[in-house]
Amino acid sequence: MSTGRFAVLYRKLGMSMQIFDLTTADLEFVAEVEARSHQKISNCYQCGNCTAGCPYTFAYDYSVSQIMRLIQIGQKEAVLKSRSLWLCGSCQSCTTRCPNKIDVALIMDVCRHMAREAGYATERSVKIFVDSFLASVERHGRAYELGLMTAYMTRSGRVFTDVDLAPQALMRGKLPFKPHEIQGREQVARIFERFRKGGDNV
Amino acid sequence: MFKIAYYPGCSGQGTSLEYDMSTRAVCKALDVELVEIPDWSCCGSSPAHTVNHVLSAALSARNLAQVEVMGMDKVTTPCPSCLTNLRTAAHKMESPEFRGKVNALLDVPCNGNVDAQSVLQVLAENVDPELIKSKVVRPLTGIKIACYYGCIMNRPPELMRFDHHENPMAMDNLMIALGAEVVPFPLKVECCGASYGIPRGDIVMRLSGKLLDAGRDVGADAFVTACPLCQMNLDLRQGQINRALHEKFRIPVFYYTQLLGYALGLDRAVLGFEKLCVDPRLALGKIKQPAQAR
Repeated sequence: MSTGRFAVLYRKLGMSMQIFDLTTADLEFVAEVEARSHQKISNCYQCGNCTAGCPYTFAYDYSVSQIMRLIQIGQKEAVLKSRSLWLCGSCQSCTTRCPNKIDVALIMDVCRHMAREAGYATERSVKIFVDSFLASVERHGRAYELGLMTAYMTRSGRVFTDVDLAPQALMRGKLPFKPHEIQGREQVARIFERFRKGGDNV
Repeated sequence: MFKIAYYPGCSGQGTSLEYDMSTRAVCKALDVELVEIPDWSCCGSSPAHTVNHVLSAALSARNLAQVEVMGMDKVTTPCPSCLTNLRTAAHKMESPEFRGKVNALLDVPCNGNVDAQSVLQVLAENVDPELIKSKVVRPLTGIKIACYYGCIMNRPPELMRFDHHENPMAMDNLMIALGAEVVPFPLKVECCGASYGIPRGDIVMRLSGKLLDAGRDVGADAFVTACPLCQMNLDLRQGQINRALHEKFRIPVFYYTQLLGYALGLDRAVLGFEKLCVDPRLALGKIKQPAQAR
């Protein structure tokens, strides 16, 4: 246990301080985030304005400014395993309020892509929701709410999700029992097929 | 007559039926002709852009390509999430390299030269406020409204290019023109919890609960929204929020198009008030009849 001044203070306050070894910085990771987001990570001077405006901090493991710092110091695994990536709502508050004009929400999005590609999903229910939604679009060409709810409940095992809302929504005709099939649904399915076949998609 | 391509968005056929119905009705009444994209598909919404930006842009661009085939260069949508995706796709496709990657996924290529605007922007910029005022037959006198814009209608400003990113006024101005009293609402652009209602309901309970709480604090009889997801979180989930937070909120949550249509005297059947979960009469009852208002 560290006996450093700040470590002791943090413990007294009931907070935990994580220590990252700067010599383990993965500079390739930093370069990849920069290349995929077209943002310069070193422009962040850690003012914390993004975190101050972020409505999701209460649910995050690392706040958004901490994610920015972790990227700066090349902590690939800590970033890609962070639950925060999956919980960001892309509300654009951080991007809008960054004094250095960094598109922070875009960086969160790019890290989320990289986490997914690396096989991490630290908020499993969010990943299942996203996958169920896109599967519904691939199949019908449009999002089909009742179908995607059923798929989500089956895949996640959370079979009672929002059952309390179903009667209200059904009574008002807001959850049609049939999907709206479009003519071009095969065109939409082909978008997904070509995407999965790969190629240069980043 | 102002003519523009129309992208309704998937929720308009389900959870936000009343938004689509009332949007079409008020546009017709205000001489804005909406030409629906014949075989529109899902824009990809949030799920697509959290997976991959080329995939997301391709799902949106299939629709933009259809607008191009229609020989039009502007499209409007009521939904801010669709709007963000359509605008982002067009913006990113200004890069020939990115456009090439998107078109590699599409059957019909897209140039990306289509400007997407919200229906709110179309009404604010193309319909004379005096014309709207002159057409009001049922003024909204006596009702106190909090205008809630949601997080992405105006943000980031470099992409959305409409209204103010911290203090938007388009709906406020519209509601004032209709005779309503607009209360100052400090959380106009705060996030409601977006699509996390299903996978992480606790997040929506907290964030949407905060909005309802602020609305009550400023004395609002009702919320007015422009986003299907915001409306659903505040209205359909209001009972869930009450149970989760031990609260007793009962605040009706309208789409701005519903109140606009009501003030214009449109047939109630096309405004879809019966689709709302929290009883809209709690707020509509506060509107003074024209005789009383005088």
